[in-house]
Amino acid sequence: MTEQTLTALLNIDETVNPARIAASGDWVLAHYTHLESAVSALQPRIPPDAVFDLGHLDALDTAGATLLVRLMGDKQVLVLDQIAPSLSKERRVLLQTVRAALQDYATAPTPKQPGIVTELLANVGKSVESFWINLVALIGFIGMTLEALFSSLLRPSRWRITSLVANLQQIGLNAVPIIAMLTFMVGAVIAFLGATVLSTFGASVFTVQLVVFSFLREFAVLLTAILMAGRTASAFTAQIGLMKATEEIDAIQAMGLNPVELLVLPRVLALLLALPMLTFIGMISGISGGIVVCALTLDISPIMFLTIMKNSVGFEHFLMGMIKAPVFAFLISIIGCLEGFKVSGSSASVGAHTTASVVHSIFVVILLDAVAALFFMEMGW
Amino acid sequence: MVNDTSLDAIIRIRKLRNCFGSQCVHVDLDLDVGRGEILGVVGGSGTGKSVLLRSIVGLHRPTDGRIEVFGENLMELSGARRSVVERRFGVLFQRGALFSSLTVRENVALPLIEFAGLQRCDAERLAQVKLAMAGLPASAGDKYPSSLSGGMVKRAALARSLALDPEILFLDEPTAGLDPIGAAAFDSLIATLRNALGLTVFLVTHDLDTLYTICNRVAVLSQKKVLVVDSLDVVAATQEPWIQEYFHGPRGRAAQQAQMTSQERQ
Repeated sequence: MTEQTLTALLNIDETVNPARIAASGDWVLAHYTHLESAVSALQPRIPPDAVFDLGHLDALDTAGATLLVRLMGDKQVLVLDQIAPSLSKERRVLLQTVRAALQDYATAPTPKQPGIVTELLANVGKSVESFWINLVALIGFIGMTLEALFSSLLRPSRWRITSLVANLQQIGLNAVPIIAMLTFMVGAVIAFLGATVLSTFGASVFTVQLVVFSFLREFAVLLTAILMAGRTASAFTAQIGLMKATEEIDAIQAMGLNPVELLVLPRVLALLLALPMLTFIGMISGISGGIVVCALTLDISPIMFLTIMKNSVGFEHFLMGMIKAPVFAFLISIIGCLEGFKVSGSSASVGAHTTASVVHSIFVVILLDAVAALFFMEMGW
Repeated sequence: MVNDTSLDAIIRIRKLRNCFGSQCVHVDLDLDVGRGEILGVVGGSGTGKSVLLRSIVGLHRPTDGRIEVFGENLMELSGARRSVVERRFGVLFQRGALFSSLTVRENVALPLIEFAGLQRCDAERLAQVKLAMAGLPASAGDKYPSSLSGGMVKRAALARSLALDPEILFLDEPTAGLDPIGAAAFDSLIATLRNALGLTVFLVTHDLDTLYTICNRVAVLSQKKVLVVDSLDVVAATQEPWIQEYFHGPRGRAAQQAQMTSQERQ
């Protein structure tokens, strides 16, 4: 429809008394913007005793009806059969329905905007509160998991072996290639760095110690834990979160089963077993990366590399690295499962909690690793 | 009876075949839906009522056969043309399918902003009217779908499917999960809209009261095709065990009686 015909949709004739307002043409959604401005412009000029002529209406839908009701006002619509007898019964019913709907309608309430300082303070408060709530929830969840663990520990009939093995394959075996490749490459990079920096002191042979120390003590376990946080914690959250959203968790509870025992324990135990093994693989392939680089750039043969390693690096460094693995595994899996249980209803919530589980678990892993490094150094271990 | 030539068909289904693996739910199914009618589709569980609906709206590609909506085959149209046709119908999914990251009002306003080109404030105001028409209180507009009850989700979904004032409305079990009062209000709203806007309604339902109060014709899906499609009286009188059981079982009789008493009262 062109602009010219659009203007004909709504006309007021003020020469006669009472004024005559004629609505004609198509009062439909496609003309809503135009009609809306026309109605708003006309509304203050309408005298209370105006007569409405709806005889030339062609099409009318709910959008048009809404505007028409707004134009005519409540009282006029109520006596529609008197003021517009030519209107078909169906349209009258539609207008009545819209009128009834509009009565219920209040203008969308706009919440009062607080000032920027208030909002800043409120956000700080909310963050602190949510940190506290998260911490309490985490500690509580650890307690629930340990309780479920000890109560089922003495009863082999309640061990979920199948679930445990399935999880072990998924998070342990399937992660071996990526862990091995990643640590191999980081090992090679460290050896390169060592070779470059140490050669200025003529001490490039110490590259061996650099690689071996860093991998046994820190890098293997840290890289593996971070990778597991990204790969496994997110998977735990998504799996459990989706079960929560589809009320499967509620079903488990209603059957009298314990969701923590059924869903959390196998996952926690699987990661507890998998992470140390993967850490060991990470150590070996990280050191292999060092061996390859040393052989190629420093002329330190693999046999010589291993001899230096055996003579100058004590077994306790291996233990220092390995002892951290189960702690990280426990925290990563607990955080992953807990975030899953926090999911509520919507799919957006699953996404938000999956992100949160990865961020939280990586944060906890790095924080704990830093504290442990300081502690071990101070103790002289 | 199925290929009624006097009908001004807005949906035309010919020789539809839908198979999942070796199992077929529809074989040589024919059905016409006339302009401005309310067609109720009934059938036992697993007879492919929802699959039929999904095939018509183009969400499911039939194994074989031809479906025309407004005289066009959706599967043969280009993306842009198809979108234009799809805007002319509204679909109410069985579980509402509201977008969980938007508030209820934004859910209804979305098609208005995207397709009707309205300003956000206009769209939200119109959305609020649609929500009120669907029977939701004004306070529900600001809520997210996850905090609504099942019945409210249905109403909000109806408001969204009506947002663009469609020509055909597809309803998949609209009154399931509603209380009887809400279900009756739902029925009368559909009838009002049909009368005023000339809406065509394709209604999959198990609700016998809905069938008796608002449907012009009823199609019975059974034995992989449309067994019979006609006015309710004719369908109910059809000599077929499933139909007899359906319409003359205890629930069927109760619905029939309720309809008769309400007519007498009028």
